Amino acid sequence: MRELRYREALREAMTEEMVRDERVFIMGEEVGHYQGAYKVTEGMLAQFGEKRVMDTPIAEEGFAGIAIGAAMVGLRPIVEFMTWNFSAVAFDQILSNATKLRQMSGGQFTVPIVFRGPNGAARQTAAQHSHAMETFYAQIPGLKVVVPSTAADAKGLMASAIRDDNPVLVLEDERLYGIKGEVPEGEHLVPIGVAAVRRAGTQCTIATWGKMVPVSLEAAELLAAEGVQCEVIDLRSLRPLDHGTVATSVRKTGRLVIVHEAWPYGGPGAELSDRVQRDCFDSLRAPIVRCTGRDASMPYNKKLEELTIPGSATVTQAVRAVMAY
Amino acid sequence: MTKVLASAQDPMFGLFRVIQDDATLDPAYAAHFSDALLERMYREVLRLRVLDERMLVIQRQGRIGFYGEVKGQEATPIATGLALEADDWIFPALREGAAMLVRGFDLSTYIAQCYGNSCDVNKGRQMPSHYSGRAVNQVSWSSCIGPQVPQAVGVAWAMKLQKKPQIAVGFLGDGATSQADFHNAMNFAAVFKVPCVIICQNNHWAISVPSKAQTAAPTFASKAIAYGMPGVRVDGNDVCAVYWAIREAAARARRGEGPTFIESVTYRIGAHSSSDDPSRYRDEAEVQQWRERDPLDRMRRVMSARGLLTEGAHEVLAAQLDDEIKAAIAVVEQGHQPQRESIFEDVYASLPWHLREQREELLATAPAVTHGGATH
Ligand SMILES: Cc1ncc(C[n+]2csc(CCOP(=O)(O)OP(=O)(O)O)c2C)c(N)n1
Repeated sequence: MRELRYREALREAMTEEMVRDERVFIMGEEVGHYQGAYKVTEGMLAQFGEKRVMDTPIAEEGFAGIAIGAAMVGLRPIVEFMTWNFSAVAFDQILSNATKLRQMSGGQFTVPIVFRGPNGAARQTAAQHSHAMETFYAQIPGLKVVVPSTAADAKGLMASAIRDDNPVLVLEDERLYGIKGEVPEGEHLVPIGVAAVRRAGTQCTIATWGKMVPVSLEAAELLAAEGVQCEVIDLRSLRPLDHGTVATSVRKTGRLVIVHEAWPYGGPGAELSDRVQRDCFDSLRAPIVRCTGRDASMPYNKKLEELTIPGSATVTQAVRAVMAY
Repeated sequence: MTKVLASAQDPMFGLFRVIQDDATLDPAYAAHFSDALLERMYREVLRLRVLDERMLVIQRQGRIGFYGEVKGQEATPIATGLALEADDWIFPALREGAAMLVRGFDLSTYIAQCYGNSCDVNKGRQMPSHYSGRAVNQVSWSSCIGPQVPQAVGVAWAMKLQKKPQIAVGFLGDGATSQADFHNAMNFAAVFKVPCVIICQNNHWAISVPSKAQTAAPTFASKAIAYGMPGVRVDGNDVCAVYWAIREAAARARRGEGPTFIESVTYRIGAHSSSDDPSRYRDEAEVQQWRERDPLDRMRRVMSARGLLTEGAHEVLAAQLDDEIKAAIAVVEQGHQPQRESIFEDVYASLPWHLREQREELLATAPAVTHGGATH
């Protein structure tokens, strides 16, 4: 199969959906003439023109609201946030509007919309620019939240998000945009809410998402050399959360380490942990451990940043601790 | 404010200038500019130009992670530093941080903010080009565009409530006027009638977005009208004009007459930041037009016209300033990495139990930070 970069796979999904359905359009800061701050929308303006690839003023709250309005009357917007950090400015439009309109209006109005952009720490972008926002968004009823970690999923989850009749957030990652992987040509839909087993193993389950998937796979490789066989599960969707796939794995391994970049307090990792300890209580041979970003703001200093985000070394430590329990 | 407003004619379309085409000062304002003041302005603009070029070089060499170029926009931060009282509050955006240097903030400590090592007052936590200094009442902008402007208004409001004499100045770019924070800052400033000046550096571009795609208003200055405050449109490449506009606005604020909005019309000669390539979206001819209105050149010609700058003196001073800057960088590069446990410091006023626990865990498991000057 041919290979694409993650950013190209995202673009291919958007392009194919825009060809397929003329109600789909994309808007955001610099998505058109500049072709996207991270080149995800490269070439799309030339292909679709300014009515479907729209540059906006710097006003996330503004264009989130504009897109929600357009979605209510039948269009299917894709909204790019230059990074998810800036979605904080648009939070009210997402939290109190996009996700609430269907239920609040008794089902009269719907908001089929995709919000997308890179999430989490990039490189030395410091406290205000490195937020892993999934903890906030995965909380919200009415939202779906997907986090592709491979090029194939970037295409498949994006296409599913665009076709979904609900608001869906696609949390991409600046550090993954350049990775390459095999991507099916033509229609490729990855269902939202189904996790993927990335590596099979028998002794410890590692459940993770996004950029922490390659980190966990690297850790699993190191651990295999020590004789510890880990099963690595890429959750892919944080809401809905496929705890079933994780539970099946934990019944086999008896151990679970959850790895995420976001802060340790609450979030999808804690949610998963709660579910697994109830569903698999009899199978657990050790407490569930979470290996997370540290409970402080992201430093700019490179060395401190490295210490703040989980790396393969911290993941292996966590697994070793669970194995030694 | 009356003078500046009168001279600018109409805030929508006028442009307040002091430096005339022949490099003499408008006689109506010339008396405000002593030789000493002009010399200071010239020297500070030149120092910022040299510093900016040097910082860009070290960014390209990977010695710092990011840098926001100021080239072509030096007039506003320098004029701000000179026009305000030493303890007025400054909330810069990306390109006005150097105002603190004019107020005597130590050069190597300033540069250290881009290194994030032990010389940095922000302790390695803030991105480069986000300069703050408690010692000079300067608070860094927010990486997310806009929040510093209502904060500046809040400081001004607090000054008013406490009957303190200081005023506050908040900065933003033309792009940032699209954010709700701009609206809130303008509205509160006028409704609460606070002692502040809000300054928009219209450098014509917000990364790749031209200002005409940001607003349909004829000028940014004209926005002040609807908020109920005076708007001034000033030639942002004319240090003397920006200085005088800020002086008058600050005096007005200090008299209790409320806020002023200043649009400083300028141009970003360089890239938006070290992650941008402007040749992809803008015409070199446009850049060239603005190079011809360079604020440093204009100041230099004023100096020569006044007989304050002899042949060759410019080059000598530039070289001397560059040496000072290189020496300051060398001092910073002697600094060491922050301690690894500093990750948990300053999260709260005092270290809570859960962070103490995490700190201990970190010390037990993570390798110590190896020392070395640069952060890369
Ligand atoms: C809320 C938010 N949205 C988007 C960005 C990305 N961004 C950084 S700077 C910038 C342009 C700012 O333009 P302007 O306000 O004109 O200031 P300039 O950089 O030109 O001085 C943008 C869009 C951001 N930092 N914050």
